[in-house]
Amino acid sequence: MSPDLLKFIFGRLGIDSLPFHEPILVGTFVMVALGGVTLLAGLTYFRLWGYLWREWFTTVDHKRIGIMYMILGIVMLLRGFADALMMRAQQALAFNGSEGFLPAHHYDQVFTAHGVIMIFFVAMPLVTGLMNYVVPLQIGARDVSFPFLNNFSFWMTVGGAVLVMASLFIGEFARTGWLAYPPLSNIGYSPDVGVDYYIWALQVAGVGTTLSGINLICTIVKLRCPGMTMMRMPVFTWTSLCTNILIVASFPVLTVVLALLSLDRYVGTNFFTNDFGGSPMMYVNLIWIWGHPEVYILVLPAFGIFSEVTSTFSGKRLFGYTSMVYATVVITILSYLVWLHHFFTMGSGASVNSFFGITTMIISIPTGAKMFNWLFTMYRGRIRYELPMMWTIAFMLTFVIGGMTGVLLAVPPADFVLHNSLFLIAHFHNVIIGGVVFGAFAGINYWFPKAFGFKLDPFWGKMSFWFWVTGFYMAFMPLYVLGLMGVTRRLRVFDDPSLQIWFVIAAIGAGLVFLGILSMLMQFAVSFLKREQLKDVTGDPWDARTLEWATSSPPPDYNFAFTPVVHDNDAWWDMKKRGYQRPLMGFKSIHMPRSTGTGIILAGFATAMGFGLIWYMWWLAALSFVAMLAVGIGHTFNYHRDFDIPADDVIRTEDSRTKLLAGAK
Amino acid sequence: MTVAVNPAQTGEPVFYLADEHPHPEGYSTSLGFWIYLMSDCLIFAMLFAAFGVLGANYAAGPAPKDLFDLNLVAVNTSMLLLSSITYGFAMLTMQQNKIAQTQMWLLITGLFGAAFIGIELTEFAHMIHEGATPQRSAFLSAFFTLVGTHGLHVSCGLIWLVTLMVQVWRFGLIEANRRRLMCLSMFWHFLDVVWIGVFTFVYLLGVLR
Repeated sequence: MSPDLLKFIFGRLGIDSLPFHEPILVGTFVMVALGGVTLLAGLTYFRLWGYLWREWFTTVDHKRIGIMYMILGIVMLLRGFADALMMRAQQALAFNGSEGFLPAHHYDQVFTAHGVIMIFFVAMPLVTGLMNYVVPLQIGARDVSFPFLNNFSFWMTVGGAVLVMASLFIGEFARTGWLAYPPLSNIGYSPDVGVDYYIWALQVAGVGTTLSGINLICTIVKLRCPGMTMMRMPVFTWTSLCTNILIVASFPVLTVVLALLSLDRYVGTNFFTNDFGGSPMMYVNLIWIWGHPEVYILVLPAFGIFSEVTSTFSGKRLFGYTSMVYATVVITILSYLVWLHHFFTMGSGASVNSFFGITTMIISIPTGAKMFNWLFTMYRGRIRYELPMMWTIAFMLTFVIGGMTGVLLAVPPADFVLHNSLFLIAHFHNVIIGGVVFGAFAGINYWFPKAFGFKLDPFWGKMSFWFWVTGFYMAFMPLYVLGLMGVTRRLRVFDDPSLQIWFVIAAIGAGLVFLGILSMLMQFAVSFLKREQLKDVTGDPWDARTLEWATSSPPPDYNFAFTPVVHDNDAWWDMKKRGYQRPLMGFKSIHMPRSTGTGIILAGFATAMGFGLIWYMWWLAALSFVAMLAVGIGHTFNYHRDFDIPADDVIRTEDSRTKLLAGAK
Repeated sequence: MTVAVNPAQTGEPVFYLADEHPHPEGYSTSLGFWIYLMSDCLIFAMLFAAFGVLGANYAAGPAPKDLFDLNLVAVNTSMLLLSSITYGFAMLTMQQNKIAQTQMWLLITGLFGAAFIGIELTEFAHMIHEGATPQRSAFLSAFFTLVGTHGLHVSCGLIWLVTLMVQVWRFGLIEANRRRLMCLSMFWHFLDVVWIGVFTFVYLLGVLR
């Protein structure tokens, strides 16, 4: 074949794009390929493809989509954590003239991929998954406002994750750090595909995130059951509402910033260049206008989870519901007024820096109010130290430390010393792990019995808990020390041998966290094997307070046979207190959305388009785009998107639950 | 514990609805579409901000005074404004269930939209021919991106318009199609409002500068 034709077909992609010279990557590829082939063969052997396609991939059921988001988040956690282990090992080894085991161009990809994956493909799917699963149940709805869109959003997120994973074995990932600042990320300094992988992975996933934000806002605003006024919504629903407002009001900013960066890279425009009038600092400003709200997007739902868990396991109504709601809303607004604290050292002048320093410190006030609300909820409660509550207490202790170091960093003169040091790294891991990750684990342990009908095994859960918490402190407290000693982030080798001991301690901490993750996987496996012993037939294993516990575990497709009517904040608690009797007859048919494969097909074309654009295979990009347009328009010609679950099916489902409940008593 | 039962009610509180009140199809659509439009508005806000920051960075290249032909822009603006009026007529005739007239007004709207895009492309071609390319300066990068993104939106609107005309032709003015026409109407007027911003901020203020 002529080189021109090859270049047309494959663009920049050639044999040399495959990382044969990297033993670590070849080893990883062999492992992944073996695992993948085994999985695919297993699915084929047990004839599960049809089942997966019909019941999961094409589903529009918010519960199944929520579970798929959680699986995506946990799988990507393994990848992101593997990067973390490699970094910790590299930094612990690269002393006394040793270069460690990661060459510079690989190490730079590892720290970039770690950040991108952990934020976009671990934290976001975990948070979105929990919101997707729980919110419609908490507000007594049958599904979200736009069920098809929900499925599409999920697959777009998967598409982004696929592109990031592809970069591992085909080409390379960005070597720029997780926010890809220009001019480094511009074509002159990063001519390879790495930054393009970064851009298109985030653009594809970002579409999904934005649409899912719109979807959940509509769901919460429009689909609440009768009696549930705004000030009777569970706190998790409130924080979800605020989070989704933040998503819709910030992700378009990311979309634009990345689009402008791609124009610079692909077309040669001058937005973020150093010459022809461009301004690299505009990129930094714009991306943090998205980036700061993003951290609240992640942590607000976690705050909601802790609120639900604290009041349930203290056996008390949440202290200060109204102040909790207002604190959440205030944080939502303030999160747009602090972005500049990420680059005090840019040199905006004393007045600007003071303004953003003060707004940053003000955010700690509503957050502190929340902390006291949780403490007062526990005060004089009958606290049950089940796993969700344990994670919550670990959060309260850890997050306060992270919050205080954050206020320290908010002081501009202090930040001039600590900017981009390991102190900063320790701070944001302190709040993201202590807040978001612990929150997600509290949520997983809390709602797992709702989703699957059996509790998670407490022994392995506690193993996971103690490994994670001690591992976290061992891994990150040394980084505070190192940061104060002046060590900056993203370094690959070190000259000063006195620093090594701290890096070794941190590496041991990361090893403990690894055991925590393994224990969690073990917990899932053991719980599945012991599912008969751990079974819950009541649908309310924790004696909880909100509406999701009023239905069976797992809930039927239609969530509630009859739409609930709410009279109180803690709706289910109120129903239990006032002798609510579960209706046994009078069931009617229920109107539900129909499954569709359009979402996964559209997302597949979007991913292919991204791949084509990354590798300059213009024909693939164009073809995928046209296909996307055709499938999308074709979908609008389908006017029959709903069906009715016949009353007989509802009766059968409800009767079997009646039998189960009778057996439980 | 506050027990909020309607005082007029006596006896047992009601904990569930015996009769299903299904939300009608498209119950959340207009709210959802409004929120989408606001997110799109944010995209334009960012592009306006970028233009605001970079709009005077000519890099010794051409400035708005050398490039913009306000007469042409005036004609172009009137195309878009007229298309909004004709879309309004389409909605009025839709309310009266007049399919043929609705289709006619939609067609006229589409022609105005296509004229707008045509004039814009002519303007772009002319500028590029004169050497005022998007690569020439940060001002021109920001200009082409802001105006081009708006043009891209109008083009998407045109594809959507044609699709809806086919759907109205095949299925009539059924509830779902009315809802879709309503959404496109909001989209179309939204683009009009954005264009007023472009016209004022980019062209008029640009020539004044």
